[in-house]
Amino acid sequence: MTTEAPTMRRTPLFDKHTELGAKIVPFAGYEMPIQYEGIVAEHRAVRGHAGLFDLSHMGEFFFRGRGAGSTLDRLVSSDIAGLAAGQARYGLLTNERGTIVDDVIVYRISDGEYMVVVNAANIAKDHAHVLAHLNQDVVFDDRSYATALVAIQGPRAADILASQTDADIRSLPSFGVTHGRVAGLRATLARTGYTGEDGFEIFLANADAARVWDALLAAGAHQGIKPIGLGARDTLRLEARFSLYGNDIDETTDPIEAGLGWTCKLDKEFTGRDVIAAKKAEGPARKIAGLVVDGGVARHGHEVTQNGAVVGRVTSGTYGPTVEKNIALAYVPTPLSKVGTPLGVRIRGKDVPATVVKTPFYRRPE
Amino acid sequence: MSTVPDDLKYSKEHEWVRADGDVATIGITHFAQEQLGDVVFVELPEKGATVRQFSSLGVVESVKAASDIYAPISGEVVERNVKVIEKPELVNSVPYGDGWLIKVRLADKGELTQLLSSADYRSHIGETAGAGGD
Repeated sequence: MTTEAPTMRRTPLFDKHTELGAKIVPFAGYEMPIQYEGIVAEHRAVRGHAGLFDLSHMGEFFFRGRGAGSTLDRLVSSDIAGLAAGQARYGLLTNERGTIVDDVIVYRISDGEYMVVVNAANIAKDHAHVLAHLNQDVVFDDRSYATALVAIQGPRAADILASQTDADIRSLPSFGVTHGRVAGLRATLARTGYTGEDGFEIFLANADAARVWDALLAAGAHQGIKPIGLGARDTLRLEARFSLYGNDIDETTDPIEAGLGWTCKLDKEFTGRDVIAAKKAEGPARKIAGLVVDGGVARHGHEVTQNGAVVGRVTSGTYGPTVEKNIALAYVPTPLSKVGTPLGVRIRGKDVPATVVKTPFYRRPE
Repeated sequence: MSTVPDDLKYSKEHEWVRADGDVATIGITHFAQEQLGDVVFVELPEKGATVRQFSSLGVVESVKAASDIYAPISGEVVERNVKVIEKPELVNSVPYGDGWLIKVRLADKGELTQLLSSADYRSHIGETAGAGGD
């Protein structure tokens, strides 16, 4: 018997990353850049100026046809029926048990067409989930492997992108989506992101990704733009307290305990709605809490303690370069999730002091 | 700055030693700090503690991960670098200078012979002999 090493995918920007000196790591089946210059420098570039991300590993599902909107409204926890063309909304794919299959953004890119962006690690699972819940009057088109995604994020993002596009991106509202050309190439542009900064996500055909990448890096050079790897993407999203699927949420967690009850429109029908509504009514036994840890870096999997007893577990943890603190998310019993509660995080056998704090850890200045 | 100074001894686990009489200063190498990335937390033994050659003496945490540091040499800790505890990024910016970690009183100078010379360490990390900066 022979076993084959799993083939890793590369995004259309792989050669750009190696030219820029990136460290490449396997992530969700892709060879992705974890960092170029360094996580802290890249993190600070996004908060202070602008950063360019290759997110082509993410999945893009397209839905067309008369029933597209109503199908998605049943598949996704948030108010998809209420989306006008040109609007996007965050929501959850949920299952019959009321737990989280994936977290997604649904974009109504025209009257009759929706795009759902899913996590790279979940493309195959979500594809199957969608097929199992699909109506007759919907065309489902999984274009994950044909679509590239470049994100530009940070206070200078709008200026840099505006210089390279004919789309009126300055008047695009947060969670707005439009079509246009970037560096002369057809693109779908949305004012969405995962960093806590203003910014845009640009969806492209694979063949066009390198030219758009180069154009934005060149246009932003004098504004301090840097390419940003997955390392800083994680520190940026955690400071902004965005959930990471596979860490903070998965099929063992429900939206209420995950702090994502706000994404669930409970006065409509969607998969798992009754279970989630009941959970909300009775109140969750545990809740995700933000922690500041004093004397070590909490990591995914570390135990959370109170007076030496294990009461929970860290789902995400890092050093936050902007807040300059060790920050973490952890599931703890609901009574211990109150802001100000003193807890511990067991790091290398020692219970390091931690305090429940209000999240997000970072909010961008208005 | 040379990435592998000639006047130091090295361990395979990427620590360096500067022996000065009975006292040796210990730190991690340029190569190690580069592999770790941004160092954000350093845990070091207290003054008076003893460390044993090739046993863990503490931990360096970068944004990415925690890594054990191994004592390249045995001895009693006579000083730990308070500056590096307050400013862990010194490990990245000056690994052979202000980014040092602890000073120990050597228990057995003979242990120094078990460490690598700068030339040996260069070949250990795959750097061409004599190649200085990067």
